[in-house]
Amino acid sequence: MKRNTILTIAGLVVLVAAVGLADSILGRFTVRILNLSAIYIILALSLNLLNGFTGLFSLGHAGFMAVGAYVSAILTMTPAQKEMNFFLEPIVPILARIQLPFPIALIVAGLCAALAAVLIGVPALRLRDDYLAIATLGFAEIIRVIITNIQSVTNGAQGLKAIPKYSTTWVVWTVAAIAVVFMLALVRSSYGRTMKAVRDDEIAAEAMGIDVFKVKSTSFVISSFMAGVGGALLGHLISTIDPKMFTLMLTFNILLIVVLGGNGSITGSVLGAIIVTVLMEALRFLDMPMNLVFFKTNGLPGLRMVIFSILLMIVVLYRQRGLMGNKEFSWDGVLGIFRRKNSTRNGGRP
Amino acid sequence: MIKTENVSMRFGGLTAVSDLNIQISKNEIVGLIGPNGAGKTTAFNTITGVYKPTEGKVIFKGEDVTGAKPHKITERGIARTFQNIRLWKDMDVLENVLVACHLRMNVGVFAATLHLPGYRAKEKKSREFAMSLLDSVGLADLAHEPATSLPYGKQRRLEIVRALATEPSLLLLDEPAAGMNPQESLELMEFIGKIRDQYDLTILLIEHHMQVVMGVCSRMYVLDYGVTIAHGTPDEIRRNPKVIEAYLGVD
Repeated sequence: MKRNTILTIAGLVVLVAAVGLADSILGRFTVRILNLSAIYIILALSLNLLNGFTGLFSLGHAGFMAVGAYVSAILTMTPAQKEMNFFLEPIVPILARIQLPFPIALIVAGLCAALAAVLIGVPALRLRDDYLAIATLGFAEIIRVIITNIQSVTNGAQGLKAIPKYSTTWVVWTVAAIAVVFMLALVRSSYGRTMKAVRDDEIAAEAMGIDVFKVKSTSFVISSFMAGVGGALLGHLISTIDPKMFTLMLTFNILLIVVLGGNGSITGSVLGAIIVTVLMEALRFLDMPMNLVFFKTNGLPGLRMVIFSILLMIVVLYRQRGLMGNKEFSWDGVLGIFRRKNSTRNGGRP
Repeated sequence: MIKTENVSMRFGGLTAVSDLNIQISKNEIVGLIGPNGAGKTTAFNTITGVYKPTEGKVIFKGEDVTGAKPHKITERGIARTFQNIRLWKDMDVLENVLVACHLRMNVGVFAATLHLPGYRAKEKKSREFAMSLLDSVGLADLAHEPATSLPYGKQRRLEIVRALATEPSLLLLDEPAAGMNPQESLELMEFIGKIRDQYDLTILLIEHHMQVVMGVCSRMYVLDYGVTIAHGTPDEIRRNPKVIEAYLGVD
């Protein structure tokens, strides 16, 4: 076996062990944050497919997540739970009785988000750059407004509560792992190459026989499918959803992860998702009252976001292309760094 | 092979190309020359589907392809290069060629993503084909270099190789010798003759440098202000008073 294969297998074993260990010994709150970062990995990858690999600037992610979250929630809740939730106006009878196993509901959630992408996104793909961003942003808002207003299907502004908590550590990390493997396989296939070609130079891509529109829509639909699945998992993690959750702010958080990690880098999205999610919580102490010897603050809500924004600015100023640029993790790269360090320690001799 | 019938292209009040009638038979190398702004690139763009001609028809292999989408035109066997190099900058040399191979691979997105055996076989074949193309133009040892790190002349060659990877029967070259010194241009013209024979191509090329095209083309068309002012063999063109007037100006 090649060295890299052995290292990869060893790395995977360590990862699985780490997830298992974290799940059993860490507190519920910490585990929940770890699980949240797994979901953000899925969401960041799906946005990176559009933004980083196909060069489509979309701001409509929250809309597709909302579709996924609602579909999966409604499909998995028991009839009794639905009756409790829909107290203003009863749920549509067909939906009241339906109850599907979680894995199927998750896939259906993804498919519904993909369908929404076909219906509303595909016409928008005739636009480019900032125009596309504005159009997708508008579509996401439309989805949100529709969800708010179809009371008998989504329970409107009240949202849904007591969604079954199916997003356990193993579930979210397995789905995240599948998402990573899927993205690697897609990006390295000949289809992935055409996506990069469309991103780098659309005119050249077209002239080389690539159906640019087809490539863009494929990417858009796949990305929305992943967003739908991610949204569904998010719903099952925090167990309550409402339309206000799925605003531009949510899309912005994911965009931030993608940009911070590196547009066009899968490794970057994974690292970015973990760093951002953990930091968001770790910096929470800044919002609390603080005793800084010379002066005392009595709680500055929002200070956390200020520090966070400054950190982000530093990263963007010094590493314009994000933490990873568009590079990927490789064992050769990691070992190369160690080797370089050693050689400087030995006075430059290898 | 290819024929344009009274093709005109107007942008608002400006007629970039008017009544263009080009006819090229198989395995010919034909030049399209003219001063700056004569409408040469516009003529290319109407043939390759970038623009839909305002009037007239483009007939390729006996079929009307007027106004078809650029990728459909490429699928039918017309490939092109660009005046200002348009390589994909974040990819290496080999990947640039492989993207162009995608057209003939005929794989679905799922087969490709799941790396099914059928896809693997096709991918392997494409890689071999791409490497053989690179080898034939002496770029094989640079296969894993970033495309834009190559020197200018080699980038031009790579663009031609990339076009060849779509397995065309008609190759359109837009100023392949732009920015080259006379020595490089001569080598390029030799190279064009070579690929014509090797890949059984028909070639239409745009060039301003008269001396360069004279050597390689069997016939040429001369455009000036969108109008075809002359057509014939290099010798006829060289003596044509209208051409001399367009190029040098006459009192």
